[in-house]
Parts: sequence; structure tokens; C-alpha cells
Amino acid sequence: MAEQQLPERQSPLEPEYHPGSHGNFEHGVDVILSETRPGSILQLAAWPGEEKRLIEAIRKVTGLALPDGAGGGVSNGARAVFGFAPGKFTVVDEAEGLASTFAGVITPAIGTLTDLSHGRTAIRIAGPKAEWVMAKFFAIDFALPAFPLGAGRSTNHHDIFAQIQRSGADQFDIYVFRSFARSFWKALCHASEEVGYEVQ
Amino acid sequence: MLITCPYCGPRDVIEFTYQGDGNRERPQPASQDLDAWTAYVYDRLNPAGDHNEIWQHSGGCRAHLRVVRNTLTHEIRSTTFARGGHKAEGRS
Repeated sequence: MAEQQLPERQSPLEPEYHPGSHGNFEHGVDVILSETRPGSILQLAAWPGEEKRLIEAIRKVTGLALPDGAGGGVSNGARAVFGFAPGKFTVVDEAEGLASTFAGVITPAIGTLTDLSHGRTAIRIAGPKAEWVMAKFFAIDFALPAFPLGAGRSTNHHDIFAQIQRSGADQFDIYVFRSFARSFWKALCHASEEVGYEVQ
Repeated sequence: MLITCPYCGPRDVIEFTYQGDGNRERPQPASQDLDAWTAYVYDRLNPAGDHNEIWQHSGGCRAHLRVVRNTLTHEIRSTTFARGGHKAEGRS
């Protein structure tokens, strides 16, 4: 009998994902674009008044302590969490199966858990011109004091809703709907041409 | 025009959706008071000045907001979360 095989997750970017240097890179590559392909992308929402218990549950499961304040977040490389709306948080893990870890912890009295692992595509933009390219897409302030390390933002680009987390001083992780991801990716590549970009 | 979302901070107006006049008082669902329902559906103050409005930050955190906007200057005087039942400060 043939062995049972888990289906390989396909990237929606595949037909437009071309590793290598592109655009105006003769004078150097100023942004690096990549798809991070995390195994788990979850949305957690607390009922009104239950926010603190939800934040504590996130800390218990992921080990990540959310800072106070709207849009606060933190990442440790393998896992990331950020607030994107009042009482709502996105939690990301390199590994699959984070939803089942949370299942017993987020009780119906605290709030809800939605597994978006297959519904979102994670795109990373890094490099000295990352802020510049992002500022062409989104009407928000990407300067470090206004958008601190680890923080999250909800905004959109031409009706494509995007959640953005600053995962480094010059690095952003963008979560977009999977069905719009290829279109967004193509636009991001076009926008990066002028500064020279590398797809990894 | 910028609207300062209490969660997200100042954002362009294109991220927001107008949800209507913030002065309306919806009658109880079982109410048979035709005048109250007519007032709820049709009567508008249409002030030249500060106006209570409901907006949604649909292109951001998706929270519903109470906004006081000046209809003459488009100045946004205040924004608060609609949740909590606080009446905005504008003319009512």
C-alpha cells in the first residue's frame, strides 16, 4: 500500500515568485522580498473586558509578552504576536498546529480563535529602502518612533486589507488575503524595481 | 481629510466608511410608534456646523466610531469608540 502523504502547501505566489536580483540593482540591492510561509497564522479576539485574560493566555502558550498599548506586539523570530484591533491579536508561528495548542486555553468565556493559516500569505520586505517602498503603498507613518519594533498596524492598499508587523529596524512582515496575495506581490515587485530588489 | 482612530491613530479618510447620522435613536424593536419609526428613518438635523456621526474604520481596525465632524469645514473635533454608548459632544 502506498504511504499516506500530507499534501504539500502550495504558495499562491508561485507563478510570480522569481528568486534572484531584479530591477535597478546595478548599484546594489536595497530591499529583499520573501515569502515567510509560517505554519500557523491565528486570529484571537477577546470579549469586551476579557482582554487581559487573553493576553495572559497568549503569554502562557507562546511565551511572548504583549506590551501595553494599541497595536503593540513582539516577535522572537519563530513566533510573533501583535494587536491589530481593539481586543484582537494576530499570532504567528513557524510551526503548524498552534491552533490546537490554544484550543483548550482560549475558553468560550475569554474569546474566540480563528485559524487563518491557509487564509493569509505572509510576505517579508527587508532592507535599507523597506520603509521607502512601504510608504509608497500605505498611508501610515513607517518611521521607527511612530511604528516601533514588534508593533502591528491594520491598513489597506487599493482595498487589499493588510496587517503589517515591524519585525526588524528595516524589516516588515505583511499579512494579506491569500486570494489577493499574488496581485499584491506583483505590485510590491514593481514598486521595488526602482531601488533594486532580490527575491529569496 | 484625516480621522484620528482611537486605536490606529490618524488615518486617511479613504480607510473609513460613513455609517450615518449619530443622533438617531432607534425605537425598541417591538415599538408600534409610527412617528418614532418615521423620525428614526427620515428625520435629519442637517446642521451647518458640528454633527454627530457614526463611522467605521473599515480599512483598518474595523471599529465603529462616534465622530464629531464640522459640516462646514470638515474639521474632525473628536473621535471615540461607539462601543460604550457615549454620546459624542456635537450638536444634537
